[in-house]
Amino acid sequence: VCFIPGGSDCSISFASHILGKVCVHGRQKEILSILVPHLSDLTKSDCIWQRICWRLVECVPDRWMEAVVLGFVQRAPGADVLSRLLGNLVVKNKKARFVVTQKLLLLQYGYKTAVLQNLLGYMSQDSLRRALLIKVLQELLETWGSSSAVKHSPAEQQQYISKAILICLSHLKESEIESCRQELLTSMMEGVKCHLDSSLPQIRRLGMIVAESISSKINTDGPVLKFQYEEDDEARELKSLLVQSPPFCVVASVPDDHRNEKADAALPLVLESNGKSHTAATHVTPDEESDAELDSDDDLIPYDMSEDKELKKTKAPVYIRDCIEVLTGCEDVDKWEATVKAVESLVRKNPAATREVSVELAKILLHLEEKTCIEGFAELRQRAQVAVLTTDPIPVAQYLTSQFYSLNYSLCQRMDILDVLVLSAQELSYPKARGKTKHSGAQRPCIQLLPGSDSSKDWRRIVDERIKSKTRRFAKGPSQVELAFGPNEFNSVAGHFFFPLIQNFDRPLSTFDLLGEDHFVLGRLVHTLAILMYLAVNTMAVTAMGKALLEFVWALRFHTDSYVRQGLLSCISSMLLSVPAECLLENMTEELLETQSWLEDVVEKDPDGDCRRLALQNLLLMENLKKKLRTVPS
Amino acid sequence: MPPPPPDPQFVLRGTSAAVHALHFSCGGQEHDVPVLFSGSENGFIHVWNLKTRRVDKALDGHGRKSVYWVETMDGKDSLLSQGRDQRICLWDLAEGRTSVTDSVFTENVGFCRCSLLKVAQGRWLMAMAAKALEEVQVLELPSKTSVCTLKPEVGAKLGMPMCLKLWQFNCGSQPLLLAGYEDGSVVLWNLSMGKVLSQLVCHQEPVMCLDFDSEKAKGISGSSEKVLSIWSLNEQQNLQVHKTHGLVNAGISDITIRPDKKILATAGWDHRIRIFGWKKLKPLAVLDYHTATVHCVSFSDHKNPSERLLAAGSKDHRISIWSIYTQT
Repeated sequence: VCFIPGGSDCSISFASHILGKVCVHGRQKEILSILVPHLSDLTKSDCIWQRICWRLVECVPDRWMEAVVLGFVQRAPGADVLSRLLGNLVVKNKKARFVVTQKLLLLQYGYKTAVLQNLLGYMSQDSLRRALLIKVLQELLETWGSSSAVKHSPAEQQQYISKAILICLSHLKESEIESCRQELLTSMMEGVKCHLDSSLPQIRRLGMIVAESISSKINTDGPVLKFQYEEDDEARELKSLLVQSPPFCVVASVPDDHRNEKADAALPLVLESNGKSHTAATHVTPDEESDAELDSDDDLIPYDMSEDKELKKTKAPVYIRDCIEVLTGCEDVDKWEATVKAVESLVRKNPAATREVSVELAKILLHLEEKTCIEGFAELRQRAQVAVLTTDPIPVAQYLTSQFYSLNYSLCQRMDILDVLVLSAQELSYPKARGKTKHSGAQRPCIQLLPGSDSSKDWRRIVDERIKSKTRRFAKGPSQVELAFGPNEFNSVAGHFFFPLIQNFDRPLSTFDLLGEDHFVLGRLVHTLAILMYLAVNTMAVTAMGKALLEFVWALRFHTDSYVRQGLLSCISSMLLSVPAECLLENMTEELLETQSWLEDVVEKDPDGDCRRLALQNLLLMENLKKKLRTVPS
Repeated sequence: MPPPPPDPQFVLRGTSAAVHALHFSCGGQEHDVPVLFSGSENGFIHVWNLKTRRVDKALDGHGRKSVYWVETMDGKDSLLSQGRDQRICLWDLAEGRTSVTDSVFTENVGFCRCSLLKVAQGRWLMAMAAKALEEVQVLELPSKTSVCTLKPEVGAKLGMPMCLKLWQFNCGSQPLLLAGYEDGSVVLWNLSMGKVLSQLVCHQEPVMCLDFDSEKAKGISGSSEKVLSIWSLNEQQNLQVHKTHGLVNAGISDITIRPDKKILATAGWDHRIRIFGWKKLKPLAVLDYHTATVHCVSFSDHKNPSERLLAAGSKDHRISIWSIYTQT
């Protein structure tokens, strides 16, 4: 498209109309890919061309304005280019203002970070537009801080808004921050609270990063807010948005291209040569070492040094009852430490003695608090509890499940109970090889249940693996390793683990309300039930468990917390995998049909991506089930 | 299956006090009695006859204050001992005599053991911790003239010297001193100029003991932490860390390399003696006999390799004698 420069006043409105019409029909890419580079070149130094460009865009009729603005924002290679092309369009035109400040930021969230950078950078470039920037920041913070938004909007949208906030912050000047410091502080406090309340670790982390950034901007001197979270690529990317890099022009013109290419080529060469010299250096030392190894003093035969262990000042008790005594009332800290480290092995070596005092020991371990700073205290305690539970499953399971619903336990303790139940169930349901527990990592998926908020990922992984192993029908030959075999110890106790947990979930206590505030524990409970269901495959109680679980899921299926919903969907997966197909069809046909329609609903309408995926997997499982039953001649 | 660790060949009892210093003198003539000198906390120096395994003589010369270093000058008739009475005594033990012929008053209240080096026939150098806290003084014996005083520079903050080792590359070359300090560093001193040649931080805690192999220019130091540090001296006379070896329990009170440079022994606070191969610090044995901290270890200087012994003195009043790796 070539514009004829003339001294005369020409009307651009015809060109604007064409532009608008083309863009609204979806051809933004084609036309703007040619138009934008040309215009950005022409407007670089020429004021007249700038004004022509502005007139061009301003004259686009309102009904096509959105498409045009969107196209420009996406195609422009940088914020300053966008600024040259659009001018003060957002100030003058109401529709453009709406698109830029509301639609692109709050209502849509599919655009890349570069688009956000362009948009917000554009707004920051002119003093007229800066007022808009501040207004935009306020609205973004309002959305970020609203608890219903945090609970119900998808993770991707929350990430988009967080990015936008960070970029806004990076553009603000000192004076502007001063003027709205109080507002920023209040919104930050509210927002942080909603984010930390969430059950999903990703949302919590987003909240933490944004809060830290806001805090660092408003308290330039003095202590800033600092959270502890996992630093990975996403976190680093978000944090990098806070710092504005100097605007570098990716110029499309030809001579610059060559320069850029040369610079790019130079860099890899330098890196390569560095890499080579490094490898050369590292090659030298191994040679030296291998030379030295040849004439080692192999003629000196070492003696047996297996007894060379850490010198212990106090000896750990050798009897279980001694352990109980030490753990309940001993003032000697060294002895207490030694006992805590020795409890698990003692319990496992003396099953008969443990059975006599199992409930008492379980009680003590549940209430055991860290007296001194031992490394891995939580793990030691958990392993001891698992040992006690697997040695004497029924009474201890009864005790633990009753305590789960009792008054005056901390959330941490209740979740501890759930973790211990799951780990013990896992141990009981796997066959032990001739007395020694074989832990072959290839055979059993590892459930990491130590106090960590990422358990949901691992549990899903297990269910996924199981689903995968069921839906692919490749014939696998018998494995060479002789598999361990033995009676399924979980069979007799599965019910004792499962049913008490599912019984009282709707009875609120004064300190514990699963259906109310403590929805995080509810989420964990649901995931626990899913795993117990999964481990109950081939037990006698599995059908009854399945039926009870299905009713439980049905009651909670519209829960607002996405972590709970993910758990419920895992429950359905476990149930479909563990209960034999014939039993399912016999006892639960109606419920299954209802569940199927619910799952279809979830796949279409649930805001959380993981929930939709799980629901889809469940539907696939059900399809497979139907197919399997159809092929079997009845 | 590695063989179980050996038992001591015999155990010397009778010191009735913790043993802090040991020194063998077995390199004499055929008919000479092999002798072990031991210094105890009650101020006595016992002269053990290794044939009868009994005390031949008990020397009392430090006013019942603990003796923490004994070393012979030219055979077993001439003995140096250092005690907590701030004195270094020279004993004449020839022909049955037991008298102190000379002494040096060090005015030092620390625990740093001296180091002795024979530089010529009838001439020795002895390094000892001096009166001032950070200083080391080198005396020439038997004249007791001061050769130099090694003072670290102001602000170096090395702390007290904890262990010393005088050595020379070969007979006739410049004697040098390696000193381990309280701040965990090992310093190489040039005696003629009294200046630091190289300093290396080997440990986070005080260096408790060190030993040096002048042939390979490689040394090892032990500390109150769980790490043994092996360092070497390069051609520019700079110390650099070669490697470190972690131990199961913290605290090493003494280290000694066997004269044939094949193995070394460490005396641990965890009551155990550990034997390592010197070439690559390969752990060879853990000798667990004592019931309290082992304060000192010493290898014998037997001319016949199969008769070589290792002695360890401990706080439990016993001296264990081991015959280990004598075939090589």
